[in-house]
Amino acid sequence: MAQLTEPVAYPGPRHSSTPQRRTRRLRAGGAGQQNKGGPLAYLFLIVATLVSLFPLYWTVVAASRTDTELVTPPTPLLPGSHLIDNLKIVWDQVDMTKALINSTIVAGCVALSTVLFSTLAGFAFAKLRFRGRNALLTIVVATMTIPPQLTVIPLYQIITNVGWVGHLQSVILPSLVAAFGVFFMRQFLSEALPIELIEAARVDGAHSLRIIWHVVFPVARPAMAVLGMLVFVQSWNDFFWPFIALSQQNPTVQVALAGVGSGNHQIDHAVVVCAALVATLPLLLVFAVLGRQIVSGITAGAVKS
Amino acid sequence: MATSVRATSDGGPPPSGTAPRPPGRRGAPASSSGWRSRLYRLDTKASPYAYIAPFFLCFAAFGLFPLIYTGWLSLNEVQLGGHAKWVGFDNYTSLWDNEFFWKALRNTFTLGVISTVPQLLMALGLAHLLNYRLRARGFFRVAILAPYATSIAAASLVFVQLFNPDYGMINQLLGHVGVDHVQWASSKWPAQIAISTIVTWRWTGYNALIYLAAMQAVSADLYEAAALDGASRWRQFISVTIPSIRPTIFFTIIVSTIGATQLFGEPLIYGGGVGVTGGTDHQYQTLSLYMYDKGWQVGELGQASAVAWVMLLILLLIGAVQLLVIRSNRRKLGG
Repeated sequence: MAQLTEPVAYPGPRHSSTPQRRTRRLRAGGAGQQNKGGPLAYLFLIVATLVSLFPLYWTVVAASRTDTELVTPPTPLLPGSHLIDNLKIVWDQVDMTKALINSTIVAGCVALSTVLFSTLAGFAFAKLRFRGRNALLTIVVATMTIPPQLTVIPLYQIITNVGWVGHLQSVILPSLVAAFGVFFMRQFLSEALPIELIEAARVDGAHSLRIIWHVVFPVARPAMAVLGMLVFVQSWNDFFWPFIALSQQNPTVQVALAGVGSGNHQIDHAVVVCAALVATLPLLLVFAVLGRQIVSGITAGAVKS
Repeated sequence: MATSVRATSDGGPPPSGTAPRPPGRRGAPASSSGWRSRLYRLDTKASPYAYIAPFFLCFAAFGLFPLIYTGWLSLNEVQLGGHAKWVGFDNYTSLWDNEFFWKALRNTFTLGVISTVPQLLMALGLAHLLNYRLRARGFFRVAILAPYATSIAAASLVFVQLFNPDYGMINQLLGHVGVDHVQWASSKWPAQIAISTIVTWRWTGYNALIYLAAMQAVSADLYEAAALDGASRWRQFISVTIPSIRPTIFFTIIVSTIGATQLFGEPLIYGGGVGVTGGTDHQYQTLSLYMYDKGWQVGELGQASAVAWVMLLILLLIGAVQLLVIRSNRRKLGG
């Protein structure tokens, strides 16, 4: 019974900054439904967890084996001793250091600018009155449905003409701000930012940039952190456009991976999986530390649309 | 409070008492209050547009303009780095006559169905289970989301190993239950199932969490009323949970459909050396791969643009159908 009244752990510690009303509604809704999970529920969840985690675990296993061990059944299920050797070969085949640095630069720039611009636009859509607000917001949401395939050909021609093929700015510039981010911040700020705070600052004579800096940013900080992580993950894993715009001479991690995996020469499968491990490890570490915040971030904007 | 604020935002002088700022704090002359109120009005009128400008500028330059330009290119014959020559609808008619285009269209459809339908159904079930009162609930939530942290490229490279017909673990497991040597690469349906497994593995947990968030916002009263009427848990799930989170279900269906239409990285990397053509017999080439093949391997940007616009038309068609379904659903519910 005590557990029933315990606050739902799931929205995460950061949720404390949203209005009390909403949190209470969520709790009430959750509590009424909190039938205790039976053995069957646990069974299914454990199976789902195993299916989710096994390929990740096996990545470590395969990355520490030799090619011969991998291609001789039965497939090994425990890590071997060749991790360091495989890592060396990965670094010999592709410039992984450069790829990791490039990915960090790209994902970092994209995350920073997306968070900044999305917060500004999200604030305007959530709390400011201006002509055409609803129509413009509808346009923002509608742009999410346009697939990148419809824009890559002209973009490729443009970056060819200005000599940016293979340069990082060709990947960074088109992703400086994302509709998803604008919508995400708008959802957060319309609930979390009391209009009285802005009005009080107005009355004190603060111009709008001061309001942004002293009122909006402090309130939005938790959501900005979550959005930053989500965008970073997305940008780090982005494949289609970087694959077209960059080359193996100056790749992001994902582009380098596609290079390791393709080609008709004799492929060392352990080395390929090892490269995949190198590409995934940074994000898995982030996930291990901030998993709960990311979980709450993904769900935060999803309840009401 | 509210009235005095309304007065300021109408452009009047700020109410006395709150207005005087320490003079010279920002170097603005305190005497020119008319100038300042004009500036203030400009500030409140223009600043919203300034805040949303970066998004719309970025979209205009990297979204809208290329979108329209792709449409124009699709009516031209143009090679990589070459000049455009007007050919009208020739690119579209030559697609119509091309068997590989139809193959790609069919593959995109079948891959889309087998990668989204099971995915969303499983996500719904998982969300329902996660909504129970559980031990280690936080762990389960993070664990099922973990595949989301892997990239398309990394996940595909690992699954290629697992699905290898000769030494892969999956064929070994199937061998134990008497299914022999499935050709996960060369025959059409096994290859498509393998590719959709990668998609499903990466996205099920993500969608489950979105469903879970929606389920937690469902009012407890509804369940109590249903329980009083003697509804079983299954009945409650069907008659209370599903209708209550219907908007979220539609949202995920739309997002997954868009994602499935552009499927590219998974089949490309799954195919390795023959990924661009989607296998030796185009057995899993998607529209997106076909477009890349036409544009960057063959070098016919005009035809690639036509493929892109066909994708746009398909998305619009699917969107229209989905809107109709949503609307008729709403009418059935009476509001």
